[in-house]
Amino acid sequence: MKYWLALLLALQCAMGAHAGEATPLAEDPVVEQRMITISEELRCLVCQNESLAGSRADLALDLRRELRTLIKANKTDAEIMEYMVSRYGDFVRYRPPVKPITWMLWFGPFLLLIGALVALVRLVRRNQRSAAAPELNAEQRKKAQSLLKDTELPS
Amino acid sequence: MKMKALIPLGLFAVLVVFLAIGLTRDPHEIPSPLIGKPAPLFTAPRLQAPDQQFSAKDMLGKVWILNTWASWCVACRQEHPILMEFAKTKTLPVIGLDYKDQNSEGLKWLARFGDPYDLSITDRDGRIGIDFGVYGVPESFLIDKAGVIRYKQIGPVTEEALRDKILPLVRELQK
Repeated sequence: MKYWLALLLALQCAMGAHAGEATPLAEDPVVEQRMITISEELRCLVCQNESLAGSRADLALDLRRELRTLIKANKTDAEIMEYMVSRYGDFVRYRPPVKPITWMLWFGPFLLLIGALVALVRLVRRNQRSAAAPELNAEQRKKAQSLLKDTELPS
Repeated sequence: MKMKALIPLGLFAVLVVFLAIGLTRDPHEIPSPLIGKPAPLFTAPRLQAPDQQFSAKDMLGKVWILNTWASWCVACRQEHPILMEFAKTKTLPVIGLDYKDQNSEGLKWLARFGDPYDLSITDRDGRIGIDFGVYGVPESFLIDKAGVIRYKQIGPVTEEALRDKILPLVRELQK
């Protein structure tokens, strides 16, 4: 059943191009510019890998209309973000906020990096140690020297 | 040394477990931040009588379901027979919100497939839908006596969802 819904959503994405009436051209370029800047930070929930600015899904059209209304009502960026998040959740933001539930998302990669560096340093150190020349004690040194003397080439 | 050789295998196993859990989840099901929050107190024209307004305030004191649907929505047809059956039980009022639809098309749809709703209202431009965080019909909201959203069904209401989640919660809320 979920697949049906997914299929429907996919079709809606595909058909978004010829759904609804023509979008009105920007009446106010300043409002339009701000709307685009904000909507690039927002996810289209129908086509999840598209931003709200780029999506042609019906819902994206409606939400852009809402954004224009909010901008004209002199709302701040933070207030507009709050409007979207209170309805659709943090998922609507492309840059999720840093809070306990997203710690792994934000800091996980750095933890992995630190872990990998520690492992690398340990590995390199161990290899260096085993490659270093072994120390000889006095007796071994004497023996080595006598062996070397014996094999000295005749001059 | 032998134990150390098993570390990559262990890490791989952890990765596999995470990926396997990920596969069972539907990325289209986005948890709603509205659960546990008061439902928007909207007013909307009635589908059968557009000059009359329905107000969500009138539902305070009742446990009810707001079901969003549309005549152009294919998945709604899948859910429709289940809603028809459910309506017969008269468990609680179900209000149908005809989302971004033509009134005439909505009425035609109800005449053709049957009307499970105690009341039908319309959301011509999708504004009420946005206030409820609707991003794809059908979606249904269970609202308690105090007007708080207690559960959201994303996609069609299924028999399992009704039996396992919605009805037990309704019984608890109606107490």
